[in-house]
Amino acid sequence: MRKAITGHKAIAEAMRQIEPDVVAVYPITPQSEIAEYYADYVHNGLVHTELVPVESEHSALSACIGAAAAGGRVMTATSSQGLALMVEVLYIAAGMRLPIVMALANRSLSAPINIHCDHSDAYLARDSGAVQIFCENAQEAYDYTLMAQRIAEDMNIRLPVIVNLDGFTLTHTVQPVDLLEDEVAKKFVGECKQFSPLLDVDHPVTWGPFAMPDYYFELKRAQQAGMEAVPEVFRKVQEEFSKISGRQYAGFFEAYKLADAEYAMVVLGSTAGTAKMAVDELRARGMKVGLLKPWLWRPFPAEEIAEALRNVKAVAVLDRAFSFGTMGALFEDVASALYPLKQRPILANYIYGLGGRDTTVPELVRAFEELPKIRKTEWALRYIGLRE
Amino acid sequence: MPSIKVLAEREERGARFTGGHTLCAGCAEPMVVRTVLNAIEDPVVVASPTGCLEVASSRFPGTAWNVPWIHVAFENAAAVISGVEAAYKALQKKGKISRRIRFVVFAGDGGTYDIGLQALSGALERGHDFLYVCLNNEAYMNTGVQRSSATPRYASATTAPYGEAIPGKPQKRKDLTEIVAAHGIPYVAQAAVSHLIDLANKVERAMKYEDPKFINVLTTCPLGWRTPRDSAVQQAKLAVETRYWPLYEVIEGQYKINYKPKERVPVEEWLKTQGRFRHLFRDPRGKELIAQIQAEVDRRWELLLQKEKCFGGGE
Amino acid sequence: MAKLLGWRELPLGGVVTGGTAKELQKTGSWRAERPVWHEEKCIQCLQCWLHCPDDSVLVSGGKMTGFDYEHCKGCGVCAAICPKDAIEMVPERGGECAKP
Repeated sequence: MRKAITGHKAIAEAMRQIEPDVVAVYPITPQSEIAEYYADYVHNGLVHTELVPVESEHSALSACIGAAAAGGRVMTATSSQGLALMVEVLYIAAGMRLPIVMALANRSLSAPINIHCDHSDAYLARDSGAVQIFCENAQEAYDYTLMAQRIAEDMNIRLPVIVNLDGFTLTHTVQPVDLLEDEVAKKFVGECKQFSPLLDVDHPVTWGPFAMPDYYFELKRAQQAGMEAVPEVFRKVQEEFSKISGRQYAGFFEAYKLADAEYAMVVLGSTAGTAKMAVDELRARGMKVGLLKPWLWRPFPAEEIAEALRNVKAVAVLDRAFSFGTMGALFEDVASALYPLKQRPILANYIYGLGGRDTTVPELVRAFEELPKIRKTEWALRYIGLRE
Repeated sequence: MPSIKVLAEREERGARFTGGHTLCAGCAEPMVVRTVLNAIEDPVVVASPTGCLEVASSRFPGTAWNVPWIHVAFENAAAVISGVEAAYKALQKKGKISRRIRFVVFAGDGGTYDIGLQALSGALERGHDFLYVCLNNEAYMNTGVQRSSATPRYASATTAPYGEAIPGKPQKRKDLTEIVAAHGIPYVAQAAVSHLIDLANKVERAMKYEDPKFINVLTTCPLGWRTPRDSAVQQAKLAVETRYWPLYEVIEGQYKINYKPKERVPVEEWLKTQGRFRHLFRDPRGKELIAQIQAEVDRRWELLLQKEKCFGGGE
Repeated sequence: MAKLLGWRELPLGGVVTGGTAKELQKTGSWRAERPVWHEEKCIQCLQCWLHCPDDSVLVSGGKMTGFDYEHCKGCGVCAAICPKDAIEMVPERGGECAKP
């Protein structure tokens, strides 16, 4: 069913169809409306979910851990400072191998305080062990929230999954979204797969043990194996979802006019939509440009991305957050993915869009046009839309 | 009322907290844990924050817990148990679980009075059905006897040591039991490891409620308090006798002091048995400081008597 | 000590089955002195059982029957609490007991 809804509503609808047992959530702009929509469903009896209106984001994810370990299906959502506050617990959820799906309405991290979009919150969770998916629009946010549930609960994975959607740009704008029928969505997501639930009192288990140096390393290696299992499951889940939705998801990224591109751009999130327009404009002028839009960011699909970029002359990698003291996080991912190749493109790193700064088509066109002039890859940041 | 024989019978049927943990010899925490667990007939799920109990009972791959147990972090035991309880409610409503399960937190004073206070307050406000037992040994013992807001005034702690300029912890200890009572939950109590049957009775009374319940248990730490290895029970008894740690309940807002010592034993009798207060008996300032401690004990006791009078349960 | 497992043999998320500490950690090795039960003085009040931190006072059919010396740490709480002096702490390997 096609509806004109905001990104908030799209996520809330996916949550409604998933119908988790527990949702523990705390308000923060620009995520709040997701919680508000869901609370509306709960209070009107549309879903059988225990809504836990916690007193902080740290408690939100902590309650999610308790509920997941108990054997329930759980979800939450947050942004920015909320993610920062809960990130201690996010690492723990990953280490405890708990399948918690959360929407992250991307918003900049303080200071200064800013409520608008950038990716610094997602970047903070980069090494947390959570799986991270980025969405270009509300449709992808809805689709990937459903897929995330399957990925998180897979018995070879069992990790938290973060579905990123740009704050305000995607959360607050009305877009066309095709929603699956409830029964179709529910069948796709399936029943909650429990593992050693606390509530199985006849088989008492201990969750969250204390590990000395004799075991910590091995337990973390086992966690890494969970991450390593993601790519295969990701593809399978996409395949299944494509069949039931009619929307084609295949692979870890969308390659837009990339196949014969001489120059390319790599960018996460909604700015990819703007980049597609820049690509179209330049293609009309005869410049062979293309876009690589990763969906799966963690684990980073290094081989596949390197393969897709190997024959490109130069690539602009866009980061919507500083990684102070070094190059952008996405740039470093791409650069290290390309490193083993004998022939690889020149790379340029652009920081853009911080704190909700809008990025326009002409600005991205200019970035593409600069690429042929760049002699070599340099350890130096460039900026789009920054006033010097 | 669970007698000692009833508790023993229950443990014989299935020990919920076993030997093999690495808590100090003579530690009072397991005394409290075993008693509380044996005082509840229904199956229980337990959550603990980081602390002595958690670390010593769950070293991978050994666990002393024979009930479902979860540890997540230091400040969130109350939030974690909220989630467990919420999942239970959800699955119950869906008809996936039919048996009655109770939820218990065992947490130290560090993880309750300080870093865990927010999560506790939130859980109390939301009304989850759980029992929170604070094992109050009056400092961050697991990390080396650092002061917490539960540490009594003028006790020497490693981050508030007795010194030339400042003789131990300068602040009075927080009255967490009253803070919890102010949340308006139906069952709040103070107990002590010296009165374990009293504790068991309190647990039984508490568990009649399907609301948040809280028991603050004075739990001696012989190592941290610098008292002999076998002195845990005697230490707590003296704390109760000197009225430093009153045994009382607040049931649906009604105050009831469970034990009123007949004789007025000066708190000094308790202070002088502990190494953490030793400086009060060697330092010339000591007499004055002890007088301040006594005045505070008296003040709180009087206040409690007043509360019992104004909001008393009768009898 | 049990053999150390490789990462592939570990339970998911480090979740362990309840009650494994008893077998894995024989804390009786900590003792410097051990409790000795003078049965003839014992009135079976079970105060020793109630207070033992290490679940090491054995009870069967509601009656105290002795000690679990595999786990008893020799803390002396049982001896201190016994109303009838029916428990005596003796040195584990000769020498005097330290008296507080």
